[in-house]
Amino acid sequence: MVPLNWYLMLSATVFMIGVFGFLTRKNIIIMFMSVELMLNGVNISLVAFSHYLQDLRGQILVFFIITVAAAEAAIGLAIIIALFRNKSTAHVDEMNEMKG
Amino acid sequence: MLAKLFFGYYAAVIILLSLLVVTRKNPVRSVMWMLLLFFHIASLYLFLNAEFIAAIQVIVYAGAILVLFLFVVLLLNLREELKVKRFIGSWPAGLFVSAAILAIVINVIRSFVLVAPPGRYSIEYIKEATHTKALGTILYTEYLFPFEIASLVLLIAIIGAIVLAKRKTRSH
Amino acid sequence: MNNYLLIPFLPLAAFLINILLGRNFLKEKAHWVSILAVAGSWVVAVMTLVDTMAGKTINQDLYSWIVSGNFKVSVGFLIDQLTVVMLIVVTTCSTLIHIYSVGYMHGDKGYYRFFAYLSLFTFCMLMLVMANNFLQLYFGWEGVGLCSYFLIGYYFDKKSASDAGKKAFIVNRFGDFGFGIGIFMIFLTFGTIYYEPVFAQAGGFANNTVNFLGYDVHLMTLIALLLFCGSVGKSAQMPLHVWLPDAMEGPTPVSALIHAATMVTAGVFLVARCSPIFSLSETALMVVALTGAITSLFAATIGLVQNDIKRIIAYSTISQLGYMFLACGVGAYSAGVFHLYTHAFFKALLFLCAGSVMHAMAGELNLQKMGGLKKYMPVTYLTMLLASLSIAGVPGFAGFFSKDEILWLAYSGPSPVGKLVWAIGTVVAFLTAFYSFRLIFLTFHGKFRGTHEQEHHLHESPKVMTIPLILLCVGAIASGWVGIPHLLGGGAHFTEFMKPVLGHPEGHGTHSEEWMVMAVSVIAGFSGIGLAALFYLVRTDIPVKLAAGLSGVHKLLFNKYYVDEFYSFLIVRPAIWTAKNILIGITDAKIIEAIVNGVPKAIGGFSQVIRKVQTGFLQHYATIMATGILIIIALMLLR
Repeated sequence: MVPLNWYLMLSATVFMIGVFGFLTRKNIIIMFMSVELMLNGVNISLVAFSHYLQDLRGQILVFFIITVAAAEAAIGLAIIIALFRNKSTAHVDEMNEMKG
Repeated sequence: MLAKLFFGYYAAVIILLSLLVVTRKNPVRSVMWMLLLFFHIASLYLFLNAEFIAAIQVIVYAGAILVLFLFVVLLLNLREELKVKRFIGSWPAGLFVSAAILAIVINVIRSFVLVAPPGRYSIEYIKEATHTKALGTILYTEYLFPFEIASLVLLIAIIGAIVLAKRKTRSH
Repeated sequence: MNNYLLIPFLPLAAFLINILLGRNFLKEKAHWVSILAVAGSWVVAVMTLVDTMAGKTINQDLYSWIVSGNFKVSVGFLIDQLTVVMLIVVTTCSTLIHIYSVGYMHGDKGYYRFFAYLSLFTFCMLMLVMANNFLQLYFGWEGVGLCSYFLIGYYFDKKSASDAGKKAFIVNRFGDFGFGIGIFMIFLTFGTIYYEPVFAQAGGFANNTVNFLGYDVHLMTLIALLLFCGSVGKSAQMPLHVWLPDAMEGPTPVSALIHAATMVTAGVFLVARCSPIFSLSETALMVVALTGAITSLFAATIGLVQNDIKRIIAYSTISQLGYMFLACGVGAYSAGVFHLYTHAFFKALLFLCAGSVMHAMAGELNLQKMGGLKKYMPVTYLTMLLASLSIAGVPGFAGFFSKDEILWLAYSGPSPVGKLVWAIGTVVAFLTAFYSFRLIFLTFHGKFRGTHEQEHHLHESPKVMTIPLILLCVGAIASGWVGIPHLLGGGAHFTEFMKPVLGHPEGHGTHSEEWMVMAVSVIAGFSGIGLAALFYLVRTDIPVKLAAGLSGVHKLLFNKYYVDEFYSFLIVRPAIWTAKNILIGITDAKIIEAIVNGVPKAIGGFSQVIRKVQTGFLQHYATIMATGILIIIALMLLR
């Protein structure tokens, strides 16, 4: 039997890799993929908890997270398209309209 | 022992693939590695007796979301993309912060012990009722309202995506 | 039956319709909405009167207004005998004056606005009298004050009018301040501000004292006097009477409705309503009686020498209000309310007649420029004459019965100052008759003293104005017949009707004493009329000589005892000086300006520095956020 802690460590690792990608990559599409990675990391821990607690509600939560992730991907990519159309770039370091 | 070996394989591959996703220069490759990653995560879910979740992981993530990503990646000028640096200037800061948080969290998880009475959805119960049916029963009874709201969220996402991505026809 | 709710809410609806649609849609037809609404209220009020005469009273909460801890207030209605009398007075006068205004305000550019405010006033006044708790009373009280302000300053492009409006508002603040504290004291003492429990428990606190400003004060006296503060302001008693004569800057129908018949009597209503509290304090009652008596004497003497037709009637109003307080102060609440009720008719009538005269004289107010109007405006003359007979207390007219009842109860009642205020009241009766007929004789008799143009212009007012005059005249004559005393073979029905609310004052005197009091007041009235006739019809040289001979007294009276000048010296000028030199000069220029300018300067300088943090790069923000999370997690683990 694999201990729950292992799953949690895996989940944390995937999540933090996602964070790392989000914090460092230039390309906005990869940043977005990193966000999906973070969501997957969370899902792993939720499913693991659900299994070990013998409670299906964790999986219900995963179900909703996937729903939201799909919605987020649709909107986020639409925003990227609109952005790309205006700025002709997908690099976040070339966008600093908010500079004070 | 066999279970641990299997878990070890999946864990190692998932971490490796995650790293590949966030470090590849070519976005198309990132997407491809991510596809593989999602299949591995789906397999991990099967391990945890979550067949339905594994199925939608493949169908929704691998089938729908990643295809969307691929479409958008095609917009980019790949040749230009391969010439520039992949990380921003302050990448060591990002690395440090995420590594530090990871270290702390792993340290905490090591001493984590699950203390809770087991719920009513034991493996035997799920096997008898089948996983999809058990999940569906909860979803359509206890979580009916959130489920309806989720449908609204998707509707809004559809409308929002169309409005945002639509080319402005009126020019002035 | 809940149709009594229509009484206040019909005028409110009329106000809303007029204020929202009046300017663009209703325009010259604005009066229809208001008149129909107020007339509707009148009909319902009469139906309510019938119900109440059958012994049915209503005390009902309608809507929970404020709930905070054990402080609960509802919008609620109490309809008992006192309320119903006020309802009849308010709706009757209001309806007739609305109709009169159609003629009087014809062609005015703010026509819809005038009717909107008039309806709003009616609503507030009805809320005031129908309240079943002190807060709603206060709401109506301030509401009528606000409408009074609007309507005094109705001709706001005239400086004296807007000044008069402000003066009325500010002077009333003094009284309402005390009133407000009175309500707080009631809540503090009884834990509720509903009439019913307050009056029921009041007796239990009859001997309590309370520490107020460092003195041990008799609790009921304190509450009664604080409430009376509000009455003094609203009903223009000494020393807060100064606003009412100036309020005559408003249109005449407003003077008739607000500053004679209804709003100013709210103070009397308050004292009558709180009679269970006032009755527990002999001191408070004495203060009320003396204030009333002194005010009535004081205002009547001023009225003797004024030349402005509306101001004379205004001083007469103050004087008559003093009479009502005098009655309440000797414990004869029902007599006070009776006088309130008869006074509403003849005083509204006097004002409307004055308005009719002004209409004919193209706005002229000076008595010395009138004269001989009798033949030009017979209806106005006749109605005004009858109103004056009523106010002078000529037997048979409404004013006679109410005035006589007050004087008799003052004379025979248990109050320690009863005999004194009776004597003052009798003198005032004489003065009242004198100045009322001075007004009549100077206006309608003799030769016309104005210009030829004015004489050419003279005409009787249109029917829409004279018909309300005639109807009010019926009230001025007949309204007193419901209270004919036993002595004259009547049933004293009014007092009987009021008994459940206001109790029954018992006069201790013989029939011969009662005859004597009545005879004295009748003689006082007739001698006043006779003296006025002698001075202004027969020997017109006497007043001039008298004024010259007693020039000191005349000047004192003519300048209204210099009260305005005294206040100006004592309060207004120091306030203006403080505002100019200290508030504007130091506080505003040196302190507030410094803060107002200094703070943005400091913020501006600081933000110039701190804006460098905002790089505009998304990932810098994200990294800082992640660092924050790292620090929080680390702190939680280290603890």
